[in-house]
Amino acid sequence: MKNERANRRMMTRLSIFAIAMFGFGFALVPFYEKICQVTGINDLIKPAAAVVNTQVDKSRWITLEFDANTRGMDWDFNPVQRSVRVHPGEMIQIEYDVRNNSEKAMVGQAIVSYGPRYAASHVKKLECFCFKMQPMQAGEAKRMPVQFVVDATLPAEVNTITLSYTFFEVEGASTAPLKSGGKS
Amino acid sequence: MYAAHTNDHGHDEHSHKPSGIMRWVQSTNHKDIGTMYLWFSFAMFLVGGAMAMIIRAELFQPGLQIVKPEFFNSMTTYHGLIMVFGAIMPAFVGFANWLIPMQIGAPDMAFPRMNNLSFWLLPPAALLLIAAQFAPGGGAGVGWTLYAPLSTQAGPAMDLTIFAIHILGMSSIMGSINIITTILNMRAPGMTLMKMPLFCWTWLITAYLLVAVMPVLAGAVTMTLTDRHFGTHFFNAAGGGDPVLYQHIFWFFGHPEVYVIAIPAFGVVSQVIPAFSRKPLFGYASMVYATASIAILSFMVWAHHMYTAGMPVEAQLYFMYATVLIAVPTGVKVFNWVATMWKGSLTFETPMLFALGFLFLFTLGGFTGLVLSIVPVDIQLHDTYYVVAHFHYVMVAGALFSAFAGIYFWLPKWTGRMYNETLGKWHFWLSLVFFNVTFFVQHFLGLAGMPRRIPDYSLQFAEFNMISSIGAFGFGLSQLLFLYIVIKTITSGEKAADRQWEGADSLEWTHLPSPAPWHSFETPPVVK
Ligand code: HEM
Ligand SMILES: [Cu+2]
Repeated sequence: MKNERANRRMMTRLSIFAIAMFGFGFALVPFYEKICQVTGINDLIKPAAAVVNTQVDKSRWITLEFDANTRGMDWDFNPVQRSVRVHPGEMIQIEYDVRNNSEKAMVGQAIVSYGPRYAASHVKKLECFCFKMQPMQAGEAKRMPVQFVVDATLPAEVNTITLSYTFFEVEGASTAPLKSGGKS
Repeated sequence: MYAAHTNDHGHDEHSHKPSGIMRWVQSTNHKDIGTMYLWFSFAMFLVGGAMAMIIRAELFQPGLQIVKPEFFNSMTTYHGLIMVFGAIMPAFVGFANWLIPMQIGAPDMAFPRMNNLSFWLLPPAALLLIAAQFAPGGGAGVGWTLYAPLSTQAGPAMDLTIFAIHILGMSSIMGSINIITTILNMRAPGMTLMKMPLFCWTWLITAYLLVAVMPVLAGAVTMTLTDRHFGTHFFNAAGGGDPVLYQHIFWFFGHPEVYVIAIPAFGVVSQVIPAFSRKPLFGYASMVYATASIAILSFMVWAHHMYTAGMPVEAQLYFMYATVLIAVPTGVKVFNWVATMWKGSLTFETPMLFALGFLFLFTLGGFTGLVLSIVPVDIQLHDTYYVVAHFHYVMVAGALFSAFAGIYFWLPKWTGRMYNETLGKWHFWLSLVFFNVTFFVQHFLGLAGMPRRIPDYSLQFAEFNMISSIGAFGFGLSQLLFLYIVIKTITSGEKAADRQWEGADSLEWTHLPSPAPWHSFETPPVVK
């Protein structure tokens, strides 16, 4: 029957189509990856977007004052800036200049105190020279950073905070210079 | 190959029929195969239904009373798989086998032996799905969508399930090739495509959908299989794969699949409504085009199932608009059905009642679909009982009601006997009421935030769940009435007329006696 021939041809065509669609299922795998790549939808190793601090209280200003003292040491110790005006929640970095004027290597440890005292719990330090003992060779000079945030929960009546650092000598500690990794 | 049968159709249909069990095992007759598809599908409907009863019994009250959570998960999984692949799809393939050759004036399907194979692949697949319950560790509680990474980690039941899906897929593809070839090559002279009954059109489109998407599903589960056993990393993030990829591939199959279920149902309803309105179908050509555009659009909206899986907002917007667009051709169809009834001389026999039930409730399900296609709403409702309510409106009150309509409609033609109209109406009203009792309240549960696929729930959901369970038990029992009606019709129904419904005008009613003879249209009818 001539119908039979036509039927077989149709069956062949449809079977090829079905097999092609089976292949298409697998072709979706690279296709999907390509789409994700081109559009950057699923790029898990792309660096995270820059961190933005969303908790800055722009409605408020506070003044930070920096004070520096040494106790029985022949060191120069001064803040680079005496004071800054900032918003609570802002990230702040300030620096201190330190110089060992004596003729011997010494190790110092800085201790901080706050005015008013209860401001201490609102100053969140991320990095500070006071975290470690600081060895200084004879005549050595350095600039040392402090990085911190004053959190936005600071009581409203506080509009000035003083950070006062005092260096004490640590006798008998190793005067070997700190490694760049910062291990003491 | 039909030359051996010299009898002219209709008068000695018993002479060539082999007897006993071999008639069925070796059958290449489209009517016998259609009958087997329908009985198989009903058997699966009872198995899947029993699973639903277990689910609703556990959810009758908060807390864990009857089954273990693992078993509950297995029940939701296999209820879905068995109803979709075992009950609804084979039911409509059964209709296709019975009706397409008669409606286009062909003697049989194009490939009768392949037809036999397509059917006989189904029972082994069903046995695999049932056997999976007894695999070590129990059935795979991964959900009917078989999402990775759960499916790549599930026990041996998962492998049985994957094989079952391979077999079901092969059966569907072969069945579809058969249907497409039959419709395109074997129409009687004068039966142009645009003269075909709409049921044939809907199946032609559905068969193309199936040939296109079943292989994609087969590919997806094959990847799952090789991830499980052969060290590939398609879906394994640790190896550079991506579980979300599985969802994309699955829904590329999955959304067209829901139309594989819906479109033949449209076809049946498009035969039934004109017959009981005693008017031709309104807007025949627009029905054809609407169905085709639904089919094409169905390939472009898959990610509306994945709004919460992680997607750029542009993609969400695209899939939202594309999904909403599908409502347009669907609206055309609903409009045409209503317009067909407009000023018709309506009567309300059981097939018409089920068709009207379909019309109302399917449309309601379409509306909740539209609600779910809105991204911000869906992010709230995804994976809640609202989704469960949505798809049961379109699949139970949609596809299943349409299948009931079709069975009551053609039973006189198939068996030569009439069903009991009173009992048929009882079946309709019981199904309608219990269906809504079961599923309408699930909208409220979903809106209130009850997640799907969880065996326990917090106390504020208790009342609605109890109502839903009572409805489900009622719905389940009502279907036993249906079984009784069908058996009663076959054994002792009143004799049916050749053209039992005077409004029905396709060839099986106008050219063939009731019951339709075993061989029909060996000499093609002449279609004007
Ligand atoms: C106007 C037409 C339709 C629209 C707009 C629509 C929309 C949707 C959307 C957006 C979802 C995803 C919900 C979610 O998971 O959060 C969904 C789920 C579903 N729909 Fe539809 N739908 C429509 C018609 C249908 C039809 C006709 C069927 C089947 C006969 C169907 C069967 C399903 C199924 C089975 C699910 C759930 C799949 C799952 O997660 O298990 N829908 N629908
Ligand atoms: Cu969908």
